[in-house]
Amino acid sequence: MEETKQTPACRNSLAAGLRDGVPIGLGYFSVSITFGMMAVAGGLPVWAAVAISMTNVTSAGQFAGLSIILANGTLFETALTQLIINARYALMSLSLSQKLDRGVTLLDRFLMSFMITDEVYAVAAGGEDNVGRRYFYGLMLAPYLGWALGTLTGAVASSLLPASVQSALGLAIYGMFIAIVVPVAKKVKPVLKVVALSIVLSCAVHYLPVLNRISSGFAIILCTVIAAAAGAVLFPVEEVEE
Amino acid sequence: MTYGIWAYIAVMAGVTYLVRMLPLTLFRKKLNNRFLRSFLFYVPYAVLTVMTVPAVFESTGSVFSACVGFAVALVLAYRGAQLLPVAIAACVAAFAADWLLALF
Repeated sequence: MEETKQTPACRNSLAAGLRDGVPIGLGYFSVSITFGMMAVAGGLPVWAAVAISMTNVTSAGQFAGLSIILANGTLFETALTQLIINARYALMSLSLSQKLDRGVTLLDRFLMSFMITDEVYAVAAGGEDNVGRRYFYGLMLAPYLGWALGTLTGAVASSLLPASVQSALGLAIYGMFIAIVVPVAKKVKPVLKVVALSIVLSCAVHYLPVLNRISSGFAIILCTVIAAAAGAVLFPVEEVEE
Repeated sequence: MTYGIWAYIAVMAGVTYLVRMLPLTLFRKKLNNRFLRSFLFYVPYAVLTVMTVPAVFESTGSVFSACVGFAVALVLAYRGAQLLPVAIAACVAAFAADWLLALF
């Protein structure tokens, strides 16, 4: 990346942030409905499902956390799973930290950290301009509300839907994951290879004797670390991804 | 449940927040370690894949409907459809497949 002396322009309009956050919020609403449903269907009370969404705001991490809670896993497993699954946020935070406007204080950073999600990061860091605090706070609002309200809706609605619809909805989250991975794997060959290795490892841990005794939380961590590390060794990334 | 639900929620929220907060507040310089950078680049795709396969095949009423939904999601995602349409189409396809299965 080129270093220039010029100070980049800064996006710092609250209204623009709010506006850009609305489509993310709508998407989150629909995804978190699935989370609320799965949590309640698995046996968690409605308040717990909503509390998880309001304190975590992360899809993959919450679903993995939910499966560990329902499987009666340990707190250590829970922590390690969140660490591994959400490690990508560290990269996003790192990248975003380079694009924050000078008016962003340390306190702002503590607050903004809470809402660094894949989509919020993509919108905030995607542009060429620096990101100001007002813009980011505006951007945070709709996704946060969408995530919390969607979870509540799903949790409450869970018992009202017929079983056939509920079971088909179990596919929604995987549909999303597929929609995230496939376009990148199609475009970037090393990602395709890492994905292929992930499938092999994951199936091995799931189906092979002895290996299938590994709890689901650790299985996710183990397969992810091996596949991503293999990718990093075999196909190192030259530049920081934007 | 071995621990209270609050304990799980606190651990999840605490770890997730720290992962986001520490780099944003501590590091202002670009990450130099190439391995770490590459590793973090591949993590999302690896973890999403590991969580999807093979769990997706047990996510609906039958392996058959799950496969139908999975295939529909793959095709649509390959053709560049957005997240939400892919998720909805997969669910509808699985629902239709289970409905068809019940007819025979």
